[in-house]
Amino acid sequence: MEIFQHILNALQFGSFYALIALGYTLVYGVLRLINFAHGDIFMVGAYIAFFVAVSLLGTGGLPLGLEMNPALALAITVPVTMILTSLVGVALERTMYRPLRRKGANRLYVVITALMAGLMLENGNLALLGATRKSFPDLIDKVVWNLGDGVSVTNLKVIVIVAAIAVFLFLETIVSKTKIGMAMRGISYDKFAIPLMGIPLDTIIVFTFILGSSMAGLAGILFAMSYPILEPYMGALIGWKAFIAAVVGGIGDIRGAIVGGFLLGFIEIGVVAVFPSTLRDLFAFSVLLIILWLRPTGIFGVAQTTKI
Amino acid sequence: MQKHTVTIGIFALFAVIAGLAQAGLLTPYHVSVLMFMGVNIMLATSLNLVNGYMGEFSCGHGGFMCVGAYVSSICTVLMFSKNQMLGAPLLPGYLTFIGFPVALLVGSLAAAVAGLVVAIPSFKTRGDYLAIITLAANYIVISAINNMEIFGGPRGFMGMSATENGMKAVLDIPWMLIFVMLGTLFTVWLLRRFVTSTLGKGVPAISQDEIAAEIMSVDTNRMKLIAFMLSSGLAGLAGGLYAHILGYVNPQSFDIMRSTEIMVMVYLGGMGSLSGTALAAILFTVLMEALRFLGVWKWVVIPLLLILLMQFRPEGLMGNKELSDLFPKLRKYYSFK
Repeated sequence: MEIFQHILNALQFGSFYALIALGYTLVYGVLRLINFAHGDIFMVGAYIAFFVAVSLLGTGGLPLGLEMNPALALAITVPVTMILTSLVGVALERTMYRPLRRKGANRLYVVITALMAGLMLENGNLALLGATRKSFPDLIDKVVWNLGDGVSVTNLKVIVIVAAIAVFLFLETIVSKTKIGMAMRGISYDKFAIPLMGIPLDTIIVFTFILGSSMAGLAGILFAMSYPILEPYMGALIGWKAFIAAVVGGIGDIRGAIVGGFLLGFIEIGVVAVFPSTLRDLFAFSVLLIILWLRPTGIFGVAQTTKI
Repeated sequence: MQKHTVTIGIFALFAVIAGLAQAGLLTPYHVSVLMFMGVNIMLATSLNLVNGYMGEFSCGHGGFMCVGAYVSSICTVLMFSKNQMLGAPLLPGYLTFIGFPVALLVGSLAAAVAGLVVAIPSFKTRGDYLAIITLAANYIVISAINNMEIFGGPRGFMGMSATENGMKAVLDIPWMLIFVMLGTLFTVWLLRRFVTSTLGKGVPAISQDEIAAEIMSVDTNRMKLIAFMLSSGLAGLAGGLYAHILGYVNPQSFDIMRSTEIMVMVYLGGMGSLSGTALAAILFTVLMEALRFLGVWKWVVIPLLLILLMQFRPEGLMGNKELSDLFPKLRKYYSFK
């Protein structure tokens, strides 16, 4: 029953893509800005998780003098990482995107700034921490459940998949049910009328960045726990692929991010099951190209009409 | 006389540079910096056609450069050097004078055809989505070459230095430098002729208002096709020269970092200014060499530079003005076509 194993792997990969794609799609949905630095925020999240975890375990990082047991360390690492990562996202917003927005700059300039901010994060990390790879400590005991017929699932895989679905439900509720979600949707319709309704534009945008970046932080922790090797460029490729997932699903739509993420996961695992694994990226990007040719707005996306 | 000052000046400059290199007054390091300067000028000005004049955001220029580099390298290696996959050289060394330009031409044609991958979707999409398509095209090219074991895959492809050796066997002068200078001149000349021509006026028209341009009888689809193919073709030419300067190519040297470098040059110089972009390319090459001591930090400083540029002078150094617009008195001395 090899196929079930593949499906489980695809769900796990899809969860990572979906978690990161949610960040892309939230920011795009509100600001119409492709936050190209998001993949690197994910990378920063993984590194923050690493430093928090080793500090708490007392195996490196800050000399806190603590030697917690791994389960407690994990319970503290998750919220701390999410908060610190969202600070990185907010810092980018405050120092780079907001001044440009205030000046009413062309969207192109914001996109270039985002791309460059991502490069700065990557290479700044490389320059500060060096090219040696960091290996993430084990925070939970690995449990393997055999489902018979050679299909096995680890507890980590289940956690990743459950986390992605929980995050999706959480964000979907926020955006569609709460007042602040309504404000977020409002901004994407009309950025000029929203402040007139007494809605604090900048607060909502910062909130969006907090949501997106903390989800990237969560993805960073989960990824580091599943694949415990960290390197500065890990965010680039997975970030681009998550971005593909967001576009394929229809960027700006939360359901689209989740569907696109899982779809990409299935495509990649399907390719690897049949072809050599080096062809994986080729297929992933070709799928993006074909989807954008055929349906430029993605699966759930709605075409924006341009007025003359 | 005015009509020819620029032409004479440029060729005199080329002769002086080549002469200095031949006399040994320029070290091989300086010569290679000059050659990369030429390649960078070609890349930046050709990207400026799409990103500056046409107002699109293409961030996969390195991919087209890669196609040009690989195709022309394969041609010259097939013709002039011994390779374990492609066999013995087909032609004697003295034919490199014909073979090398032909290989460059084939490389740029292949790159222009690769440009279709981006040009055709651009009929329907623009802006962010087109940017993603160009990026995907870049990744597709790189990962396709990574998977071609026959051309070395990720290890790279070599054997191009036989071409220059073949030329040097006939006459020992710095041939590659001369070819790069001629290529640079050709690129800038062609782009200038194109954007100032009646046909080429359609390109900035698309940037300003696509619908209005369509009403004014600009065939926008055809314009986009021409602009993208011309831009990627010239990038392929630059790639071919780059490969033969180094004598070795690997797919990683054409990734998103390379594309970013080219974009930095375009936005540093100013969108829609050929002389500005050329100046920026020269400045950037010198800066890259000057910042070499920074090591990894170089790649923190360069993005920071561009971010600051976007914040405080988003139109670049020259905006959309040419050198002759900024210094109108220069026009007395020349007329440039």
